[in-house]
Amino acid sequence: MSFLEVRDLEVRFPTDDGVVRAVDGLSFTLERGQTLGIVGESGSGKTVTGLSLLGLHDRRRTQISGSIVLDGTDLLTLNEAQLNDLRGEQIAMIFQDPLTALSPFYTIGNQIAEGYRRHAGGSKKAARQRAIDLLGRVGIPQPDRRVDNYPHEFSGGMRQRAMIAMSLANNPALLVADEPTTALDVTVQAQILDLLADLQTEFNSAIILVTHDLGVISQVADDVLVMYAGRCVEKGDVRAVLSRPQMPYTWGLLSSIPRLNSDVDAPLVPVRGVPPSLIALPPGCPFQPRCDHAWRVPGNRCVEDRPMLRPSGVPHGDLACHLDEETRNRIVDEDLLPLWEGSRA
Amino acid sequence: MLRFIFRRSLSSVLILAVVSVITFLLFFAVPGDPGRLSCGKICTPAKLAEIHHNLGLDRPIPVQYGEYMKGIVAGRDVVEAGDKQHCGAPCFGYSFVNHQPVWQTFTDRFPATLSLALGSALMFLIGGVSLGLISAIYRGRAFDKIAIGLSLTGASLQIYFIGIVARAFFVDKLQWLPQPGYTPLTQDPVRWLQGLLLPWLVLAFVSAALYARLSRASMVEALQEDFVRTGRARGLSGRSIYLKHAGRAAISPVITIFGLDLAGLLGGAIITETVFSIHGVGQLAISSVFASDLPMIMATVLLAAVAIVVANLVVDIAYAFIDPRVRIS
Repeated sequence: MSFLEVRDLEVRFPTDDGVVRAVDGLSFTLERGQTLGIVGESGSGKTVTGLSLLGLHDRRRTQISGSIVLDGTDLLTLNEAQLNDLRGEQIAMIFQDPLTALSPFYTIGNQIAEGYRRHAGGSKKAARQRAIDLLGRVGIPQPDRRVDNYPHEFSGGMRQRAMIAMSLANNPALLVADEPTTALDVTVQAQILDLLADLQTEFNSAIILVTHDLGVISQVADDVLVMYAGRCVEKGDVRAVLSRPQMPYTWGLLSSIPRLNSDVDAPLVPVRGVPPSLIALPPGCPFQPRCDHAWRVPGNRCVEDRPMLRPSGVPHGDLACHLDEETRNRIVDEDLLPLWEGSRA
Repeated sequence: MLRFIFRRSLSSVLILAVVSVITFLLFFAVPGDPGRLSCGKICTPAKLAEIHHNLGLDRPIPVQYGEYMKGIVAGRDVVEAGDKQHCGAPCFGYSFVNHQPVWQTFTDRFPATLSLALGSALMFLIGGVSLGLISAIYRGRAFDKIAIGLSLTGASLQIYFIGIVARAFFVDKLQWLPQPGYTPLTQDPVRWLQGLLLPWLVLAFVSAALYARLSRASMVEALQEDFVRTGRARGLSGRSIYLKHAGRAAISPVITIFGLDLAGLLGGAIITETVFSIHGVGQLAISSVFASDLPMIMATVLLAAVAIVVANLVVDIAYAFIDPRVRIS
């Protein structure tokens, strides 16, 4: 049994217009010390997936089904109080924008110490020392002085480091990082990713990295899961998926990234169209209306028949697409690899 | 922090100086002759000239202003009823009506207003804010709906209506309370409490409605802040999330309104004082207006302005305590 096993996770929000199926039958597994990257467009359900691992939805407005088994315990069977005991202790979360995710009213040290004492107990003095240690560990200079600063006295990168220190307060076994580097500039982004990788080695945590940035995924993830319209459309070993992606949506994502070695005049190819409404998905493949290759599939299968996740041929690889393997390989070799020639983003 | 308080206090003093100039000019801008008001029915030109001289009205306006301000700060000599008298600081002159020092009349009336204002403010602040915060936490459930309905009722009622009804019911019919009114606290604490209880409750009921709605809205917004979600993600207790994190964010707008409301009350709750026969500053201001008692009007206007400026200063300092980001600017 894996450390984390998510099976048939469904997250639905009933609204006046109908039920929004934000996550629709998602399954994945993750081991300690491993990083899973979840990638997708806005509204693909990746953030909702991250939040549901901590049970951070309003329970009265959300329907969740399936199972999230962490170290043998199904989190979806726990009540709010039991789950609250795990939050910040077994499972921690790093949010996208550290400026708004940290309280402006309390010092960084106060906020780190607060979460530490909530779970580990102990004196205020010990908690403060823990906060100083953690700040030092995430690379904040003079942590014994910075511990008394407020978030607005930190730079963006420093704040994200403080946010990470806060999430590590109780050595969580599972860390969910939701777009942890999106609000940062590129050089700081690389530092933060390195830091996460170092800390993972040190604490042997499992990390789920939610992002829309394939570049970030390629730097730190072991496995990648591509989400579209609340479902997994392709997943597998990160190197395999990024070097030989199998699903037209992943092709689209990779083609829309600028590359250093590409011709300056070469156009970036965006994925045309917009993600579908999650209230009433048509019966076929959710990506079909935006797909450039649906015509290659005989009959009208892409419109009528929803593709199920099946092995794609790459290590731990699955995909949900009707294209046959031969056609996919031909498209990758003849059309895409020449376009993306050289190193990956 | 100390520098912040110092800077704020300095600007408050400047604002007060400007307010005093404007009030003083208005005093002279009103049509009619202040001297004539004090002159009485049989007013000969000679008597009028004497009054003008005694009041200093024959001197240039800047000099009069200087003299008036000097009186407030250091006291001055005033000719009252033909005699030269020393009017000690703070001197706002003598009333045209009762010929007593204005300050003395004011200080006689102020304790009643202060008791009324502080008591009801405490009630509506605590009652209204806790109702609002709990409503926000239980948004959409029975408690919230009942509390909002109740506060809408309170906000729709007028003091002169519910005050009179409450007085007729609790005092005259059920006789649970003696006739409302003000008895000095030092004289009889029990009577003080009994006399003010109904005015407090009525004033608090009407104002608490506003505070419940304001703090509910503000708390609902605070609960959607990202850092509240971060708090939940760290497994913090409900108490810590609601009071320590969300509550602190929600309280700032409430404090702004509270400062202004309290200052307004200290300037005199005219309707409440009238309904419950409390002889406070509000009644004093109204009767001075009807009697054209200019020195008294001027003093009540100035002191009400002082209350508002001081309340704003206190609000600003409270802000800085609540939100460390304010301390920088």
